[in-house]
Amino acid sequence: MAPTTTPTLELPRTPREPGRPAGGGPRGGGPGDGSAVPSSVSPARIGAWLLVAAITVLFAAFTSTYLVRRNAGDWPAVFLPPVLWLTTAVLLISSLTMEAARRAAGRGTRASLRRWLGITTVLGLVFLGGQLVAWRQLAASGVFMATNPHSAFFYLLTGAHGLHLAGGIGALIFALTKAPAAPTHAAALDVADPVATYWHFLDGLWLYLFLILYGI
Amino acid sequence: MAEIPAPARERRVGRLLATLIVVLIVIGGVGSFLIARGRWWMLPVASVHGVEIDRLFNTTLVVTGIVFVLIHVVLAVFVWRYADRGTGRAAYWHDDRTLELTYTLIPAAVMITLVSMGAVVWAQVHSPPPPDAMVVEARGEQFGWLFRYPGKDGVFGRIDPARISVKDNPMGLDPADPASKSNIVTRDLHLVLARPVRVRIRSKDVIHSFYIPAFRVKQDAVPGMTVEIWFTPTREGDYELACAQLCGVGHYIMRGKVKVESQDAFDTWLAQQSH
Amino acid sequence: MAVAHETTHEDHKLSWIRRYVFSQDHKIIGIQYLMTSLFMALIGGTLAMLIRMQQGWPGTQWGVAKFLFPGGFTGDGVLKPDFYLAVVTMHGTIMIFFVLTTALSGGFGNFLIPLTIGARDMAFPFLNMLSYWLYPPALVVLLASFFVAGGAPNAGWTSYPPLSAVPAAAPGSGLGQSLWLISIAILIVAFLFGSLNYITTVLQLRTRGLLMTRLPLITWAQFITAILMLLAFPVLLAAAVMLLFDRHAGTSFFVPTGLVVGGRLLTHQGGNPLLWQHLFWFLGHPEVYVLILPPMGIVSEILAVHGRKPIFGYGAMVLSLCAIAFLSFLVWGHHMFVSGMNPLVGSAFMVTTLAIAIPSAVKTFNWVATLWRARIRFTSAMLFAIGFVSLFLTGGLTGIFLGSPAVDTYLHDTFFVVAHFHFVMASAALFGLFGGLYHWFPKMFGRMMNERLGRIHFWLTFVGIYATFFPMHFIGIAGEPRRYYSPQMYEFLRGLHPLNVFVSLAAFGLGLAQIIFVYNFLHSLFRGQKAESNPWHANTLEWQAPSPPPHGNWGAELPTVHRWPYDYSVPGAPDDFVPQTTPVTAVPVAGGAGDDPAGDSPEHA
Repeated sequence: MAPTTTPTLELPRTPREPGRPAGGGPRGGGPGDGSAVPSSVSPARIGAWLLVAAITVLFAAFTSTYLVRRNAGDWPAVFLPPVLWLTTAVLLISSLTMEAARRAAGRGTRASLRRWLGITTVLGLVFLGGQLVAWRQLAASGVFMATNPHSAFFYLLTGAHGLHLAGGIGALIFALTKAPAAPTHAAALDVADPVATYWHFLDGLWLYLFLILYGI
Repeated sequence: MAEIPAPARERRVGRLLATLIVVLIVIGGVGSFLIARGRWWMLPVASVHGVEIDRLFNTTLVVTGIVFVLIHVVLAVFVWRYADRGTGRAAYWHDDRTLELTYTLIPAAVMITLVSMGAVVWAQVHSPPPPDAMVVEARGEQFGWLFRYPGKDGVFGRIDPARISVKDNPMGLDPADPASKSNIVTRDLHLVLARPVRVRIRSKDVIHSFYIPAFRVKQDAVPGMTVEIWFTPTREGDYELACAQLCGVGHYIMRGKVKVESQDAFDTWLAQQSH
Repeated sequence: MAVAHETTHEDHKLSWIRRYVFSQDHKIIGIQYLMTSLFMALIGGTLAMLIRMQQGWPGTQWGVAKFLFPGGFTGDGVLKPDFYLAVVTMHGTIMIFFVLTTALSGGFGNFLIPLTIGARDMAFPFLNMLSYWLYPPALVVLLASFFVAGGAPNAGWTSYPPLSAVPAAAPGSGLGQSLWLISIAILIVAFLFGSLNYITTVLQLRTRGLLMTRLPLITWAQFITAILMLLAFPVLLAAAVMLLFDRHAGTSFFVPTGLVVGGRLLTHQGGNPLLWQHLFWFLGHPEVYVLILPPMGIVSEILAVHGRKPIFGYGAMVLSLCAIAFLSFLVWGHHMFVSGMNPLVGSAFMVTTLAIAIPSAVKTFNWVATLWRARIRFTSAMLFAIGFVSLFLTGGLTGIFLGSPAVDTYLHDTFFVVAHFHFVMASAALFGLFGGLYHWFPKMFGRMMNERLGRIHFWLTFVGIYATFFPMHFIGIAGEPRRYYSPQMYEFLRGLHPLNVFVSLAAFGLGLAQIIFVYNFLHSLFRGQKAESNPWHANTLEWQAPSPPPHGNWGAELPTVHRWPYDYSVPGAPDDFVPQTTPVTAVPVAGGAGDDPAGDSPEHA
């Protein structure tokens, strides 16, 4: 998502250069002069937060529609496929393993970083598999998207979340190839940190969806 | 023409034309308004709320008209006066808190006035209807209007969309409901002079909009909802009802007829309607 | 392309395809966005001409037209009602999403952001390339809807369900409507990639000394616009996905119980059509500002550069941009005063709507104040900028009528609304686009546009726009609803015919005048006079790079910024402009302008 190599430019510099002024630079050159850029935050981290903001708005739109719609009367709730408890637990654990990976990146322990990223990826795949099982369970009992409004929202929200999580798994695989091979701790963290941000967000998002679909 | 500054002749012509055009906009704008007011303007108002809406419209027109002319005149003067003459420099002037505050507060004051006036009229339009108001239902469909009067008992019978049939039961009345018996379904809308009327607006299929220009009335007919508005016609005569919300290929032919008449004439007409 | 021979050695290693087609260079991507948008503008403009043909002379037989659009006309050459609605829908969709948004944000945003902040490229060049390359598929899918059964969508650019949700409701509500939704969804993803990139770039890649408070207003405008896009477009994406499910999966998000369409009772249960309107306008209104904020920035630059004077009230300009952006999320309900929404909610939306007039007024007054004691050069760019102020003012004033719900009850969905937004949003944005092109063309292509043709183009366009859209207010005041195939059914609209003919003739003139622009643009691209790096004697960073800038924009050393961008006509300075890179030792910072003029801005990073 955030390539730091820019083949088109073929310049000895990366486009991030100004974000990292070499040394102190002429900070006190004149009134109001100084380095503009507040620095240690990499573009990828900002990008991850912006992505989180956009996806939050997307789900705010879905769920506000859901909340309005739910108060409209006819509302036969569909049953809760029990496998969702399991997937929720798996996703929560994956957030912990992701955090472990991020810390490993910060410490610079590559083997540990690779291991935790790998475990998180597997847990993510397990979660997605579990969600599919939940869909199968509902379909087996005759509940489809068009059955009633609650089922429509169930499929819509879990589906949309699943797609974003699949994107997260893609990011994890990208991190798995890039982070442990990074030259420095900081570079490894620049890869792992945005992925961790996104992953924790998806975890929180799922808890919110699970809660409004079944809790309240 | 990277030549800077540009040749004197070009500068003069540019300045003249720029000023002229701004002046023309003012003359054109004001002039066309004066012509249009006599020929292409609102229908004479024929409802109680309509008078208030027109007054608010006119007030807004005066305020915005003054601003339109004033700013354009200022623009024309500046364009004329401060054209580059090839000598001297512009003023190095880029902040003036007092001036900026003034022209933030003045529009704010104007807006607050207009908002207050607007809120009053809006509240009137949507105030609770008087108790003596008559009730009628207007239902839009692709592409026409159907009206239903409750009849003697004053109750609208249940509607069952499954029963809708173009010939026998266009409204979809449910015969199982005794209240349906006295309901009267009509193709035209008849109203009583000076008597407030509550209109329950519904739709059979897509969104339509119940729009009677002479009454300054407009309300979307949203399927799945019944929205009620009320107004009081103040002049006898025939009026046109139009659809104002895009509803499909026949949007432009969705015309309805409205007649405002005396109570007696209305009663006679209603009695003649079959069903 | 004309820039080919201007590039430096550094990029010679790349193949032609990588350099000009699948390029990751922000300048190429910006130009690609612009060129594609201008191409789409020709299509959107042609559709507008069809609309005016029908409005001016309803029912006329157009012999030629039926060969051009075989499906849209009857055998005798009369335009069909469903084709008319398809044309109206596509004109709106193309102009708003595929021309103005893409050109102003995608085109100017991409080209100018890195250049004005002294960066070599965007933060995520690959994502940037992806953003552009989602645009052509989106427009192909959109245009394909003309050629499927039932034709292009009939439901207007707002696509209100159930009309857009139920295939039986209109010919265009078949496959055409689905294609429309898919196309918009693809384009939204492109916009999100773009805006994510812009925000990160402005926050992270500013060169040394370029504080947020020294950003040129064009860059501020693009930055705020990107935030608007990032937070508004996902809502439309959500709505489009739900509408697609209603259409194809039998769900009932927006389709209520008991609809009878085409004599058939639908099985949908319990949806709510107003939900779509809320979601649509939650995007739709910020989208209007997505169109107008970049032109505001462009005009601010042009007025300062060609007026040889600092922009007046820089701080207020930035603050009002932020205020407009913030308020734009709170005003969507003013599109729904007559929708059946609770009247109390309507009152709240009236307050926010008229509140947004205040920062807009401040901007207008600031532009006018900038002209006071300026040294105005009547270049084409300057003329379009002054024209913008006039159009924005006129359109803004008519907005006051529509923001008041009681008056809106009468004017809603009439031609008055059409006139209003064509002034404030369409024409004003278009003037920003033209002004920007005349101004930055030398930087983009290394050649000047022809000024004489540019001025003629301005006169005809400016007069054409007033002649077309000003009388349209009267058509609306007289009560003609928009999207009418023909007003002839109604007695109260009969007298409007001469006015409609006048508007149509003016529109044709306006359309023809654009040929001058197209000719000037294409001719200047190849034959224009060579441009120097800073032909307008401007201060901002992009003018300190060569024209056109090479890949990587700057030489070995990135520029260092020492002052704000508006040091024009500084007393005592050797020239009447002082580029941002001029050290304070060379020309002292006058009157504290080098310090934060907007230090109190809430967006201050």
